[in-house]
Formats: sequence, C-alpha cells, structure tokens
Amino acid sequence: MNPGDYEFIGQLLKQRSGLVLAPGKDYLLESRLMPIVRERGLNSLDELVAELRRPTSESLQTEVTEAMTTNESFFFRDNTPFDLFREDMLPALLEARATRRRLRIWCAACSTGQEPYSLSIILKEMADKLVGWRIEIVATDLSSEVLEKAKAGMYSQFEVQRGMPIQLLVKYFTQVGDLWNIDAGIRAMVDYRKLNLLEGFSQLGTFDIIFCRNVLIYFDQPTKATVLGGVASVMAPDGYLLLGAAETVLGITDAFKPVPNKRGLYAPTTQVSETLRDSAFGSAIPKLQAV
Amino acid sequence: MKECLVVDDSAVIRKVACRILEEMEFETAEAVDGKEALDFCKEHMPDAILLDWNMPVMDGLEFLTALRSEQGGQDPVVVFCTTENDINHITTALGAGANEYIMKPFDREIIEAKFQQVGLL
Repeated sequence: MNPGDYEFIGQLLKQRSGLVLAPGKDYLLESRLMPIVRERGLNSLDELVAELRRPTSESLQTEVTEAMTTNESFFFRDNTPFDLFREDMLPALLEARATRRRLRIWCAACSTGQEPYSLSIILKEMADKLVGWRIEIVATDLSSEVLEKAKAGMYSQFEVQRGMPIQLLVKYFTQVGDLWNIDAGIRAMVDYRKLNLLEGFSQLGTFDIIFCRNVLIYFDQPTKATVLGGVASVMAPDGYLLLGAAETVLGITDAFKPVPNKRGLYAPTTQVSETLRDSAFGSAIPKLQAV
Repeated sequence: MKECLVVDDSAVIRKVACRILEEMEFETAEAVDGKEALDFCKEHMPDAILLDWNMPVMDGLEFLTALRSEQGGQDPVVVFCTTENDINHITTALGAGANEYIMKPFDREIIEAKFQQVGLL
C-alpha cells in the first residue's frame, strides 16, 4: 500500500474511533479489510481506499472502522478480573449498597459479549446472596456487527472452549447444531447499546463497576486521558475500574489510583471536578471530511 | 515440573498435544489406549491426563472409571479431548469424574485455557 493511502486510513481510524494505526501494520489492514474488499466486489486494498475517498463513503467508512476495531474475546478472559469481581468488588459493594440494593455495571468495550455474559454467569451462580437486589449490566461497543452477535449469544465450539468451564457450559448453554447458545435468562441480564467512547457517555448514568479492558491500548495518550476522565465522571466515588493487563492509568490521569496488590483494579481518587467533566464531554469528534 | 500423560490412539494427535504441553513446561508421557494408560498410572500417577474417548482395547470412559477406583486415582486432573461433542457425552464424562472436556479440534489456546481453569497452570 502506498504511504499516502496508509496515512489516509490511519487518519480515518483515528478520527472515527481513536485507534492509532502504527506504521508497518499492513498485514493487519490486509487481514481485517480484505473480506470487505471481496464483499464489495473490489480487487484490492488500493481500490478500497479509492472508494473510501469518495464523498459518499460514509457507510463504508463505518464498516472499515468496525472491522479494524473488533477484537477477539474470550469468556472469563485472563481469569484475574473475574476473581476480583467475585472476591473483592462485589463483597465491598454489596456491603456499601446494602440499603439501596442496587448495582450498575458497565462493560465499555464488550465486543461479542463474552465479558458481560461471564459477569452475568458469576452473578447467577451467587444468586442466593443477591435476593432482592437489582443489578444492571450495560454493555457497549462501537461496532453494530459485534453487538448483533453478542445479543444473539450464539458461539462456535472454539469460542465456548476459550475460557468457559465445562460445568458452566453444560449449565448455561444449549447446543444448536455446531453452535452453542447461551441461556435466555443470562442474555436478559445484559442491556446492549451501541456507543463510541469518543463521543461521550454521560447519558448512560453512573456506575459502580466499570470494565474497560483492552480498548485504551489502541488510543494515543491524550485520547486515553479524555476517555479515562469521562469514565471517572460516570463512576460512583467508591466504585471500581478494571483495565486490561497491558493498560494503566499511571502517567495518564490523576482521576484513578491503582488498588494495591490487585492487578488491573483502580479506584477513583476524589470528587471529579467540573472541568474534567467538561473536557471529557465538551467536544464530540467531528465527522471525517472526504478528501 | 508437572507431568501430563497423553492418551490417544492417533500418533499425530499425541505428537501435537505433547508439543503444546512441553511448550507449557509439562513433562509428557504417551499411551496408545486406556489399557496402556492404566498400566502407566498403576506405576505412578501423573499430575494430569489428556484423554481421548474412542480407542481400541480400552476406551477413555472405561479407563477413567477404572482410574478413579484405583489407589490415588482421584488425584490426576483428567481432561477429555475427543471428537464426541454432544451434551450427553459431556455429562457422562463429568459424571465419571472428568475435570474438564475439550471438543476436538483443539489448539494451544484451548488447552491453555482449560488447564488454567482446572488449576494446572
């Protein structure tokens, strides 16, 4: 791909999703975008870029952005975050909210649903302790395609084997041909919504627990700071934030501090200031102008 | 170093599985059927057993049932690894004392995820 086209795609992704396309990621572009090239009856990535440059390419731009930002996801991915959810966050918050008996959880980049469904299954497994509680799980993603898949809750044999313990598979899934469908009861626990993290999210209300894993890694420093500032502004003062294994708040924002000896777990520092709130939501990202 | 016994009548599967397990820092041993595996376990119990279902002489389920009634036979973590991928086979295996269940085809990530869940990693 010629450098001009590469830069064009890089700018498009940055503006639409915050994703930073580092130099030399031609293989990534190829593996993610060739399906679109074929689907549209084009012959090459060059032709796809030519299409993207046309003024009427809005829907194609969306499709390309979604294809580049979709990640593979596992049930109970990395284990630790889910142990922390079960053994640290929930006990603390169940005590703190004992009167209101209400909890709100947000999966900020839920992809094809494995993370929110893993949380739902944990909650279902401890249902006897949650009698009378109202627990909401809001799951958002940038991509309509992955959200459709998440809502359907239909997974391949490969997907269910990456992380779902066999006892839980037997308990919460039904086999449909070669696929495995998660129970309607688990599906109903998750409220899926399409959301671009760069466009602000105060409309979601406030949350006690936020999972925001493996999404900041795609952003540059200022974008990370903006998103984390926004996250802080929708979080309860005694809430918890979980980041991915390769992510941190250190050197990016003062709004969160690491919880000692709990890998990936962060707590809000103090009352988030109005300034921070404004900077997080003041400017929606402008639509990309065709060039 | 933990030891994993790979029980499968296919030499190719045994080779692939052993390579993955060795990369995960397991010592490996091989058996071609349930009978050979049971003889091995009577000598000494491995930490883990990756177990095929359909094999000549003695199949995986017969082996597992026999193993669990041996002295010390409760100790090894048994992970089925088979093309039998329907819910009836899975529940039968769990009822007979299997700890985990892999539906073939498998890859390194699946073995790793399953071994992590049963506390082998």
